[in-house]
Amino acid sequence: MPSPLLQMRGLHLKFDLFEGRSHVLNGVDLSIKKGERVAIVGESGCGKSTAIRAILGLLRGRNVHLSGSILFGGNELIDNKSRKLWGDIRGRRISMIFQDPTAALNPVFTVKDQMTNVIIRGGKVRSRKAALNIARDALKRVAIADPDRILNTYPFQLSGGLAQRVMITMALINRPELVLADEPGSALDVTVQEQTLHLMSDLTQEDGAAVLIITHNLGVVREFAQRVYVMYAGSIVEEAGVEELFNNPAHPYTRALIDAVPKLTGGDLPKTIEGVVPDYTNPPTGCRFHTRCSFAQDACREDQHMTDLGHGHRVACVLHNNINRLSVK
Amino acid sequence: MPTNFFKTRNWYRFSRNPLSITGAVIVIVVVFLAVFAPYVTPYPDHSGAALDFANMNNPPDSKNFFGTDGMGRDVFTRVIYGYRVSLLLGIVVLSLAVPIGVGLGLIAGYYGGRVEIVLMRITDVFLAIPALVLAMAIMGFLEPTLINAMLAVSVMWWPWTTRLVYNLTRSIKTEDYVVASKVVGASDSHIILFEILPNCLPTILTKMTLDMGFVILVAASLSFLGLGVQPPTPDLASMVADGSQYLPDQWWLSVFPGIAILIVVLGFNLLGDGLRDMLDVEM
Repeated sequence: MPSPLLQMRGLHLKFDLFEGRSHVLNGVDLSIKKGERVAIVGESGCGKSTAIRAILGLLRGRNVHLSGSILFGGNELIDNKSRKLWGDIRGRRISMIFQDPTAALNPVFTVKDQMTNVIIRGGKVRSRKAALNIARDALKRVAIADPDRILNTYPFQLSGGLAQRVMITMALINRPELVLADEPGSALDVTVQEQTLHLMSDLTQEDGAAVLIITHNLGVVREFAQRVYVMYAGSIVEEAGVEELFNNPAHPYTRALIDAVPKLTGGDLPKTIEGVVPDYTNPPTGCRFHTRCSFAQDACREDQHMTDLGHGHRVACVLHNNINRLSVK
Repeated sequence: MPTNFFKTRNWYRFSRNPLSITGAVIVIVVVFLAVFAPYVTPYPDHSGAALDFANMNNPPDSKNFFGTDGMGRDVFTRVIYGYRVSLLLGIVVLSLAVPIGVGLGLIAGYYGGRVEIVLMRITDVFLAIPALVLAMAIMGFLEPTLINAMLAVSVMWWPWTTRLVYNLTRSIKTEDYVVASKVVGASDSHIILFEILPNCLPTILTKMTLDMGFVILVAASLSFLGLGVQPPTPDLASMVADGSQYLPDQWWLSVFPGIAILIVVLGFNLLGDGLRDMLDVEM
């Protein structure tokens, strides 16, 4: 078996705050193979964005404690201070797509300036002119008919959809091996979000880039991802192929998420998950979901381990064997 | 592609407020008069230590619009030359204080941690000392010359810019486009100079314009106390101070230089307000 492109093992992240030590990531295990499209789903505030920021080494500071292991292409990224390595990774081998495309572009420079900088940073060409040609071709690839007009505008003059296409182009222009997408397009309206996903999907498949997408939208997951990690309060609670997850959710949290999706057909309103994501300075012991889980029992207060259900379906729940036989009403 | 400034949105926003235009006109006129002082004043040699006993203490008339002083010199000429000193002082002070303040503010705001603690506490110490007292102390310590007045005012001025830029940097640093450039591997110096600084510039420019008026005012306070420019160099505030002994009889000696200070400070403030509206910055 080839080694995965990215492998996270036992990633723990703690922040020192006034309230005490906040235990935000609680042993995250995650792996992505070359060219694979993987999603992380979970509620807001359950540590998804933090996990991908950890990959890029953006979490630094005296009050940040990161432990565990993140291997990318055989290099350990945690506490790695090698400038050469980060220079190679950031913008060349890993790139990122942000939630709000207009906020991710600097308002005081034209699209041209920003794109050519990124291209030159990628190291394939040296001259501005060559970079500009690459930028022009890349914009044509995302169905922008008049790239020169777009190149000479400032980001705030672009519509959300155009800005999104520019940003995706910039993220993919140096042919990264891994693209991290933090709720792409969720700051935009649904039609643009849809376009964004299609574009990302097409371009990354053409380039053979792996994608790690973060979202709380299960529709996006179903359409886009091959494999899914369900995250709750800083831990991965379930991992499965996308079909398997939707047909056969094994963790009560996954089920609750699926039940919470509004349906077009059928009269029932979606079921909400009672309660909120716990306080990280004083999280519940054992399975962190037990405070909100309708199947909770005493055993849930103990630490849970991932159990393999076969076919790459793994779940961290005491009820892993018989959850589908239980039902709540 | 050259665009006509008077057809841009910026000009529209600026010109919407008639006070901004007033400010701009005042500043342009004052700068013009100061730059071309030898050509626009009736008695250019009165800017120095000239003596004309025949025309001592004349009230304003058609020959001397603002009257003459105790040495028979034309007050109008001396007011225009006084603008030269004021503007020069303002420009030099800001071009010393602003780069220092901007640099320190960017560094403290971007790096945070110990760097921030050290730089910002030093800044706080300077801010805690009453500015005019600090400048007076420096002036008392040094010779009262124009250069030293500039130094003294600069020393009390940079902490304000540092504070401003520090706060701006702290908020811009967390913007997605800064994170995005970090993600594509931009160096710290690139991020500071090409991502954060350009986004601070509108605010810095507005602040500089507003500060110009205040710097002139503070320098005037120093001069009024006799700690600024020394005679025979014409200086507006010293003229007010010297003339005040002859009030109310020879009122023109103090009133005209006083009004001149008022006009230039007002002009810079109005222009600064206009720029603030135009560049859409919050201050």
